Amino acid sequence: MLTKRIIACLDVKGGRVVKGVQFLSLKDAGDPAELAARHAEAGADEIVLLDITATHEGRGTLIDTVQRTARQLFIPFTVGGGIRSADDAAAVFDAGADKVSINSAALADPRLIDAIGHSFGAQAVIVAIDARRAGDLIEDAEVYVNGGRKIAGRKVLDWAREAEQRGAGEILLTSMDADGTRAGFDCALTAAVSEAVQIPVIASGGAGSAVHFAEVFKLGKADAALAASIFHFSVSDARSLKEQLQQEGIPVRLPC
Amino acid sequence: MLAVIDYKAGNLTSVLKALEALGAKDVTVLADPAVMRGAERIILPGVGHFQATQVLSDSGMTDAVRAMTAQGVPFLGICVGLQWLFEGSTEAAQVKGLGAFSGMCERFETRDKVPHVGWNSIAVSKDSKLMQCIDNGAYVYYTHAYQAPLLKESVAITEYGGCRFTGAVERANVMGVQFHPEKSGATGLQVLRNFLSWTPSC
Repeated sequence: MLTKRIIACLDVKGGRVVKGVQFLSLKDAGDPAELAARHAEAGADEIVLLDITATHEGRGTLIDTVQRTARQLFIPFTVGGGIRSADDAAAVFDAGADKVSINSAALADPRLIDAIGHSFGAQAVIVAIDARRAGDLIEDAEVYVNGGRKIAGRKVLDWAREAEQRGAGEILLTSMDADGTRAGFDCALTAAVSEAVQIPVIASGGAGSAVHFAEVFKLGKADAALAASIFHFSVSDARSLKEQLQQEGIPVRLPC
Repeated sequence: MLAVIDYKAGNLTSVLKALEALGAKDVTVLADPAVMRGAERIILPGVGHFQATQVLSDSGMTDAVRAMTAQGVPFLGICVGLQWLFEGSTEAAQVKGLGAFSGMCERFETRDKVPHVGWNSIAVSKDSKLMQCIDNGAYVYYTHAYQAPLLKESVAITEYGGCRFTGAVERANVMGVQFHPEKSGATGLQVLRNFLSWTPSC
């Protein structure tokens, strides 16, 4: 049976893992390669490394960090941040990434999705959407760019559909309202996106307990869920999280 | 020489990294069948569209693989590399596969999400060389929209969207895996180790 994936996310700034609350006030959480290996060992199904300041400061992705992190990682590894062209993506794949996550650059020029998908396959392209609710209606939820600094002028559901149609392999949906709060995922928003597309949806933002993950898989219809701070500071590891999910009847990869 | 065929589809880095971690010696990435002559083992990785395998016929690689596998050289196809071992795929029906196994690969027909992405379990055949030391029900990582039909040579079987399909196939020295062993943790590395350590008996 296909299992629900638990993805450990490393937000990287200047070669170090950091984690903010609602995209601000960053705390240092360690070395990316070390943490990625630790998460894989602790049962994470996948690793995502996001260079969170790349777009903002105009830097390229940290190829060295990617190489070092990929070396001993034998589970899927996604890299995002600062990927503006198919050439940028190629450099990240060469460094050992299996997928790239694109966000601001895809909004600036949606043809980037087609271009990377054409060269490397749809399975290698994740379109990341930073979403913020605008009132009660899910249809009104807005897409943000540049690490949540700027409104993109696109509705979340429309953009998710376009990304799929252009050949994205997965959607990584982050609720900016929930991010860093540890108060739970935005299940209603996640479910709406998951139903709007045929490709897998990774839920992100708000993980604080096993109950939250169970909710986003059941109510939010997520195919995978991502968490950073819940793991870094040893609140929980992926294995114990999965054991709790299994008791809730969620299919997970165990033993892992 | 361990030949890794590069047909300019997707990304070889992960496969090479896994081979390196397993201590594989004399790994050569190549696209020219002439360079492949004398290889002791062949791996055909691959992600992406079946159309990309057209270049294998055009370059003479298909004929070279056919000749070398007939002489007993162990061959492993990964993902699209497994699909290529069949007659073809409806993803690009005009492109011919190697035809080592019968049947066509077809898109999943299901109301569940397509592509099939993530960790799924495999039912394994006990007498398989490729699946040695792999527990029945072990999890491996898949990402694909097209699947290969079940045959008596299927040595790992997975179910998705109401469909049972070939996770791994094996006849003597010709083997393939639909999942990504280079991305399937300890289980995947064991599958690659099995392929690397298996020696054909006379």
